[in-house]
Parts: sequence; structure tokens; C-alpha cells
Amino acid sequence: MIDFSLPDNIKEQNQRLFMVASHFMRPIAREMDDKEHTKPWDFINMTWQVTSSQMKRRVKRLEKELAGEEVDKSGGNSFGTRGYMPLIYMIEMLSWGDAGIYLCLPTAALAGSAIDAVGTLEQKNRFLPRFSKGKPKWGAMAITEPHAGSDTSAIRTTATLDHETNEWILNGEKSFVTSGLMAAKDSDGILVVWATIDASAGRRGIKSFVIEANTPGMEVLKLEKKHGIRVSDTATIKLENCRIPYENILGNPEVQDKKEKKGFQGAMRTFDASRPLVAASAIGIGRAALEFTKEALEKEGITIRYNAPKHVLTSIERDFMDMEANLKAAWLLTLKATWMMDQRLPNTIESSMAKVKAGKAVTLVTQKAVELLGPLGYSCDDLIEKWMRDGKINDLYEGTGQINTLVVARRILGYDRNQLK
Amino acid sequence: MISFDFTEEQQMLVDSVRRYAEREMRKSIHDMDEARQLPDGLIDKGWELGLIPSSIPEEYDGFGEHSAITGVLYAEELAWGDVSATLALLAPNLVSIPVLEYGTAEQKESLLPKFCDDEFFCATSALVEPSITFDPYNLKTKAINEDGHYILNGNKVYVPLADTANYVLVYANEDGKTQGFLVEKDTTGLQIVAREHNMGLGALPTYKVNLENCKLPATAKIGGEEGLNFERLHAYSNVALAAMAVGQAKASYEYAVEYAKDRQAFGEAIAQRQSIAFMLADMATEIDGTRLMVWETAWKLDQGENASQEATLVRRYASDMVLTVTDGSVQTLGGHGYIRDHPVEMWLRNGRGFAIFDGIAIV
Repeated sequence: MIDFSLPDNIKEQNQRLFMVASHFMRPIAREMDDKEHTKPWDFINMTWQVTSSQMKRRVKRLEKELAGEEVDKSGGNSFGTRGYMPLIYMIEMLSWGDAGIYLCLPTAALAGSAIDAVGTLEQKNRFLPRFSKGKPKWGAMAITEPHAGSDTSAIRTTATLDHETNEWILNGEKSFVTSGLMAAKDSDGILVVWATIDASAGRRGIKSFVIEANTPGMEVLKLEKKHGIRVSDTATIKLENCRIPYENILGNPEVQDKKEKKGFQGAMRTFDASRPLVAASAIGIGRAALEFTKEALEKEGITIRYNAPKHVLTSIERDFMDMEANLKAAWLLTLKATWMMDQRLPNTIESSMAKVKAGKAVTLVTQKAVELLGPLGYSCDDLIEKWMRDGKINDLYEGTGQINTLVVARRILGYDRNQLK
Repeated sequence: MISFDFTEEQQMLVDSVRRYAEREMRKSIHDMDEARQLPDGLIDKGWELGLIPSSIPEEYDGFGEHSAITGVLYAEELAWGDVSATLALLAPNLVSIPVLEYGTAEQKESLLPKFCDDEFFCATSALVEPSITFDPYNLKTKAINEDGHYILNGNKVYVPLADTANYVLVYANEDGKTQGFLVEKDTTGLQIVAREHNMGLGALPTYKVNLENCKLPATAKIGGEEGLNFERLHAYSNVALAAMAVGQAKASYEYAVEYAKDRQAFGEAIAQRQSIAFMLADMATEIDGTRLMVWETAWKLDQGENASQEATLVRRYASDMVLTVTDGSVQTLGGHGYIRDHPVEMWLRNGRGFAIFDGIAIV
């Protein structure tokens, strides 16, 4: 039955996270943005209590499963929540608080998603328990290279098997690694790296590998200075003869047969889960901007007259309603993609649609908010200009809006990558 | 608990409505638009689906409950077939739903069973006025209470099926509030002026209707003294029209996809070019997003919530969306899209109308 009512656990979570967002994120948002790359340790230590204990439950189930016991496999994910639905509500609310600080949340993040998607039970049990105990830790995903973004077939980082030691030797350079510093160096985290085991095989030779933090041969070269989400570190990581155990390869270690595309598609499936999360973050920022705009207008005695006829509506009212409707459409697409994820229905189209729409919506809403609010919007005294800078990333990472449009287009038209380039 | 699944009943309903839209409506869309006339039997066949009685409770001879969410599901499917025929088929809703929601006990008892007969019972309503300053919350058509009677004066447009309607529910301004007055056919002062000729909805007979000192008994006012909640009825109407916009857009989008995959240029299908493919992907995304907004708003209405703002938003959004999509479909077909042999040009004419039609459908 079509239903939009929230289950009690999400309602409670919303209330709890609203407090966290308003009391622990908003007050430090500006300062963290100014300081760039300084970590919000109070927030990290506080949220680690929650994320690590959520992860504990997940790890217990994984241990049982490894011991051959029957377990309920539904819904666990590397962020520790049960099911993706509570997760997108969490991300939306924390991003409403501050998107940059949200990205500092200590979790396995996308590295965990990759292990979830293609890792074996043994690998899950090796790599995930660290996120349930000890000091805060981060996971990160390293795909992009200086000369290869969405065109992953152009990846040059190599993984060569040393048959004597049964180790993979990785060489190459990865850029734009979100939380790369925390995952690779400043905590006992993990990095999932995409590399080719056969450069002549193109896409079919690309595999993902888990590298544990501070493995010799892995070095953080620099941190990017960005337009927005400045508190979140975006690292360039160099791999020079970085040796990892053979068992750290995720998925099938063979170059895929030409006809069999499953390996790469398996890796791509990580995106079906991660794109709605990015969309949710976009929407949280958009909602912050929309709410601020509404309140600021109300202070000036301007209320939005939803039932006013065309000849009476002001341009501000029209703009505001467009912003609101766009954000709502994006959010509902995100809910649907997430619901399908939890129902284990194929959701590649829906997840890319949600990502495209949310990226566009947050860009529209935050840029318009700056315009509508005028000097108030443009000033660094408030957070609106920051939300505009933070929001834009959502139309860029996890595939730009255009790449995700391409994903949607191929699927709806039934074309493969050669038919629609 | 958040869910996007249909109930079994909804799935059956949607399937049967889709079959009707595909087999009965689609074959005539071109000819009925050209002839400016609905084909014989089309509405009668649609009536057999029992859509309107399904929203009327058993005590009034129907077999269901009013549900906006069910309404928007069938409205989208029908509009995918043809918007003109959909508006004709659903015109009786324009009276039955306001009566069902706000009618007095007498009004319900005397009127609702008429909508549960085996034969199409024609009824309609008149809201829109011929003015660029038209405001449904501040109508120029006035209802004045005089010695226990109401006197109506004003001009209306876009009244579907006015010439054959047994009842016209006229919306008028009573002391600054929009209220509904049931006018029986042939009442003195109810003037069916002329059939309209508009850019779109060619097959749907709509009329200009004037009210000139139209004298009605006090019982003609829907809901008696208390009257009706126009804002809420307007919300039901806005979701209905938004759902139809989604159906119209989907029809047009699907046609454009087929054409783009078939049409060759420079050695490949035009759909293989990003400029076309991306336009189609955007259309698909917007159609889905709008549909979900329609569902959420209808769901809120069914929960008894005030969803007036949401309904306005989705109606606005859907009106923009259907224009963009139907225009994009014409664009995809290029010059061919401009030729009346292809339905996309008609769909663009229909699509533009959604920003203008107000209150001409309700679910």
C-alpha cells in the first residue's frame, strides 16, 4: 500500500538527530569551514559512540554467520543502521546540521559499501569489526585519478601479484578521496582502491582492493582546498610499491571474460546504494536553506501565499514555491530509490534519477536562496552562502549530474555503453 | 511505514483502466481531436469500469469509499490514453465528490444514487471565469441570499459537457467565500452560451456558461448553511489535474522514446546522441518525481490532513513538467513533431492547458 508515514524508529531518530544537528553541528559550522581540515573532535567522539555501537550489532551478526549460524541478513549496512531508510533520514538531518561535518562522521562509509557489495563473509569479518571498537575510524573509497574521473576504464593504478609472497603490489596515484587522510593515515581505518590487474583489458581488468591504514608504500600527498565541505578532507594518495595480502582483493581475482560483465557491474552496484545517500545529503542542505529563507522572509512580513492567483503572486513567492517543489520531488525520488534498495529491487535507474534531481535541486535552492536573501544571503555572517558552496558538491561527486543522466538514459533506452556514449 | 506498493485492488483497478485506455481510447485520439467529438460508446465503455461508484459508499448504492490515492492512480492511467475523454468520463465526479464530502444528508440521499446507475450520469461544474485576474478564492460570480433563495450572476468558461449535464455545480462568491450551488438543467437563468474552441482538448465539449439572475432554492447550496470547504475540494482537484498531467507527459515521453530509437541520422538512431538521450532521461526523471509528489499529496488528503499547500505545489510543478515534456517530445520528433499525423503536437496543445484548467477534474 502506498504509504508515506514514518515508522516510530525513524521519528525518534529524527528527534534525536535534530538535537545533535542544532546543538553540536550548526554552532561550529562556520568555524570549521574557516579552519578547513581541522577536525571537529567533540562531534567525532560523540558520534563514534553511536556509530560504533550500531556497528557492534552488525559485527555480531557477521560473526554468527561466519560460525555457520542462521542470521537475519536483512538490511545491515556499513554505516551501522538496519536498512537504508533510517540511513537516508540520518544523512538528511545531519546534512541539515552541516554537510561538511556530516562527512567527518566516523564510519566505514563507502569503503564499507564496497565490502558489503562484493566482499566475502570472511572479508567482512576481517575489515568491518574495527568500526565497532576502540578509537574513531574511517573508511574511504579511492577511484578517481588525476587524469580519470568518471571514465573509470582509464584508471592507471596497477595491482601486480607477487607470486612469491602472494601479495598484491599497488602503484599509482588517487585523488579526491573523501576522508582519505583519516582512513589512510590518521586512524586505523581502511581504504578501498580501484586498480587494474591487466591494463590491456580495460574495464574488465579493474578490481577493488582493501588497504589498511598506514600500510608501507601508501602516502597522503596533499589535501584539496575546496569551494565547500571544507572541514571534510579530500586527499591525494600515492601508492608506491604498496604491498597488501592476496586476500585483500574484493570479488573475483580473474580478468573478466569478455562476455561476462559481472565483475565490473558488481563494483558499479556500490553506486546504486551510495547515490541515494548523496541525494539525501543534498536535500538536507537544501532544506536548511529553504527553511532559513522562509524564516527570513517572515521576519520582513513576507509569507508565501500558496492559494494566491497568478496576477497577485510576487516573484519571490513563485521562486520559493519552485524551490520547495523541486526539493520535494528530489526527496521523494530518493525515498523511492532507497525503499527499492531495502526491498532488494534493482534500483539503478531510480538511484541515479534521485542523485541527478537532488544535485540539481540543491544547486537551484541554495543559489536562489542567496539571491532572494540579498546581502544577508551573500554574507559570511550567516550560513546561506556556505550552504550554496556545500550543496554544489552533490552535483559533482558520486558521478556528476551528467554521468548519472547518462546512466538513466542508457537504461531507459536499453542501450549499452557503445550504443550511447 | 514508507511504501510505494499498490494494494491488490489498486493493481487490478490500474490494470483494467490501462486496458481501457490502450484499447479503447488510444485508437481514436487523432480522429476525435480532428472531429472535435468524442466517439460513440467511448464514455459508456469507460463507465463500465465503475470508477465513480467505486468512490461512493454502499448506503448510496455505490461500492467503495472516496480515496484520493486511488483516484490519482486511475486519473493518470486514463490521461495516458486521452485527456479529453478522461475529463468527459470523470465529469460526474465534479458533482459526486463535493456532495459526498460536504453535502447535507438530503443531498447525499437524493443525488449520490444517480451516480451509481449502469448508465453514464452526466454532471459537471463551473469554476473558471473568463478573466486574467480569475481567482477561485475570490470569484466574480456572486451568490446572493434573498428571502430564502439564492440569486446567481456571473460568467463561466471551461464547463465540460454543460449541454448534456443534468446538473451544473456552479461555484460562486457568497460573502467573500467560495461556495457551490447545484443548478439543475433547464433552470431559468442558466445559459449554456456556446461551445468553446480552445487550443487543446479538442474532443471535449466545453462551454461558456452565463448565470443571469439564476434563482435557486436554499437547498441548492452544497452543505446547506455550513457550506463546503472549497480549499479542500480545490486540493482534490489539483491532485487530479496533476495526476492527469503525469499521464499526459508519460504518453508523450513514451512516443518520443520510440521515435528516437527508430529515427536514423548520421548513421545511428538519434537516441544515441546525448542531446536527445539526455532530454529523454530528464523527462523520465521529472515524470517520476512529479508522480511521487502527486501520490504523497493524495496520501495526505486520505489521512485527513490539510494538504492544500502541497496540492498547489504539485499542481504548479506538474503544469510546468507536462509542458516541458510534451514540448521536448515535439522537439525530439523535429519537424515531424509539428505534423498532426503524430500525436505529440496534440499532446503539446493539451499539455499547455494544465496551467490554465482549474477545477475541471476532481478525484
